[in-house]
Amino acid sequence: MKLHEYQAKELLRRHGVPVPPGSAAHSVDDAVAAAEALGGDFWVVKAQVHAGGRGKGRFKEVAAQADLEAVLAGAAEVPGKGGVQLCRSIDDVRAAAELMLGNTLVTKQTGIDGVVVKTVLVTTGADIETELYVSVLLDRSNSRLVLMASTEGGTEIEEVAAENPSAIKKVWADPITGLGSWQCMQMAYELGLDQKKTTRQAAKLFKGIYDTYLATDATLVEINPMVISSTGDVVALDAKVTIDDNAMFRQKEIASWYDESEDDPAEVEAAKAHLSFIKLDGTIGCMVNGAGLAMSTMDIIKHYGGEPANFLDVGGGAKKEQIVSALNIITKDPAVNCILVNIFGGIMRCDIIAEGVIAAVAETGLEVPLVVRLAGTNAELGKQILAESGLAIIPADTLADAAEKAVAAAQGK
Amino acid sequence: MAILVDSNSRVITQGITGSAGAFHTRMSHAYSPIFVGGVTPGKGGQWFDGLPIFNTVAEARRITAANVSMIFVPPPFAADAIMEAADAGIELIVCITEGIPANDMVKAWRYLQGKNCRLIGPNCPGIITPGAAKIGIMPGHIHKPGRIGVVSKSGTLTYEAVGQLTAAGLGQSTCIGIGGDPVIGTNHTDALKLFNDDPDTDAVIMIGEIGGNAEQDACAWAKHNMTKPVVGFIAGATAPPGRRMGHAGAIISGGQGGAEDKYRAMEDAGVHVVRSPAEMGSKMVEVLKAEGLL
Repeated sequence: MKLHEYQAKELLRRHGVPVPPGSAAHSVDDAVAAAEALGGDFWVVKAQVHAGGRGKGRFKEVAAQADLEAVLAGAAEVPGKGGVQLCRSIDDVRAAAELMLGNTLVTKQTGIDGVVVKTVLVTTGADIETELYVSVLLDRSNSRLVLMASTEGGTEIEEVAAENPSAIKKVWADPITGLGSWQCMQMAYELGLDQKKTTRQAAKLFKGIYDTYLATDATLVEINPMVISSTGDVVALDAKVTIDDNAMFRQKEIASWYDESEDDPAEVEAAKAHLSFIKLDGTIGCMVNGAGLAMSTMDIIKHYGGEPANFLDVGGGAKKEQIVSALNIITKDPAVNCILVNIFGGIMRCDIIAEGVIAAVAETGLEVPLVVRLAGTNAELGKQILAESGLAIIPADTLADAAEKAVAAAQGK
Repeated sequence: MAILVDSNSRVITQGITGSAGAFHTRMSHAYSPIFVGGVTPGKGGQWFDGLPIFNTVAEARRITAANVSMIFVPPPFAADAIMEAADAGIELIVCITEGIPANDMVKAWRYLQGKNCRLIGPNCPGIITPGAAKIGIMPGHIHKPGRIGVVSKSGTLTYEAVGQLTAAGLGQSTCIGIGGDPVIGTNHTDALKLFNDDPDTDAVIMIGEIGGNAEQDACAWAKHNMTKPVVGFIAGATAPPGRRMGHAGAIISGGQGGAEDKYRAMEDAGVHVVRSPAEMGSKMVEVLKAEGLL
């Protein structure tokens, strides 16, 4: 689960990471009040959406189509104002909040549909001398958490990794002892932070983000940029935190922060039915059991010249009701012009699938061709049930046969 | 004798009285009567289908001399169950449980280092030596004893590969589902090494998927060390970046873990790559014929 920046900063603050003072606002008046409460004469208003590239993003309601396309193409300079604005007066804060709240931000990560901004973060403006990058994440090659940092702050780490990999420094934490204080100091010195105050503050920040990672069951804690001011003080200027979905049972507070409006409505509905579903751009709807087979079904559709409309794993022990929900979700997508059901029964019995398919068709009607391939446990019984149902189902025997028939049906052949 | 498990394995189930643990212990024991007991804290002294239930793995091992454990403990307690099994001296731990927090597995993985035990999984279908030992949730009837090894991150996609092999008349020596989580015990490299050293295995089907670099690492090893033919497929060539495709570990992030990099590593290592998952069995037949093994 992805968190908003203001939520990430709250978690970091609780674990001793210095973040700029600020507060979240859901209305223009609240944003202005937040700026007044902060005081001073320099504020930053930041749109709270999960997508990156907010600063260079533009608002759909006011930007020209050509400018939005430039944003999507990753252009460096686009006219107009974006989702991160520096404000030198309260009037500027008001104008920024008015532009952002309720409007649709398009960044290079959102696609042309964009995301509606419902919350802004108002913070004090920072005094920036140096920008660095720092994160904690799981290193899958040795099953340990790695503290990773670079002097090239503000740039995406993938770009640094591609262009200047030696700028990235790493230390690994032993799960038994945790991240050592010496490792944090070592990292600070390796980044060239040799002013005593800065070294200490940076080391404390490193430990803080590691502690945040563990305490919140994160899968990523990223500070980009981590800023050093002209007085040598360290602060986390921007923060990205994602939480392990498998740990939600013990992260109840964070789970309550879930904002379903950031996700595709079909994906939200699928999650409620305990289905693993991801919307794609093609025309062939897929319902498969097992994540690996579901990905492979997408791959083979493409292999035969079609385009999958979704990834959908009904899981290992799906009941009839879930099959019905799955087919309902697939058929709601107007782009779908053919459905491929591919089940290799292990725990799941093919006769149960067949009954689910019949129930779903009875409930929703069937307006597009439906190709069904059943294999494994009770496959013959399942095929018989479908054949006797009188429904216009296209049966398939093998994976290749199923993909070929689905692609042909989708192309109207 | 295939790898890791055979008819001499002595297996217990941790979480034997839960619904999934009970069901799959029955199915597995019916296929291969190698189960000697189970563990459910608080139910020690009771019986499950003629198998004794113990409160702890240590007690179960002491009394039954079990050397393998199949874990069906729910996610919040599963990493602890893995460590309990290792501490009790179980040599092969097969963890089926899906949904264990990654941080828990980081600790459990570290705990296993230096201990005389091997972990398979978690979030996996288990391991089967057809006709001899089924320890997991795979449908036994699609398998056939033979000389092809199968290693895969996925469950049903493994069944698909096995189904194709069996339909082509090729039996399997052992099939291992290593699991789709970011932190797993036995990886692709470990499995290839075991199959390479096994006199009863002639060739291997290796199935990977997007996420991580485990397939590339295995290919780097195989390039210089693997003496047996390998047929390879990677699931997720059409998966969008940044999205988790069902399995916790199946995600292309930061430009890493895409299918093309893995296919390239396979080709570089001399693996016989199929781009269509429907061709795993037929490619194996072709390769065996070319090698004079069929």
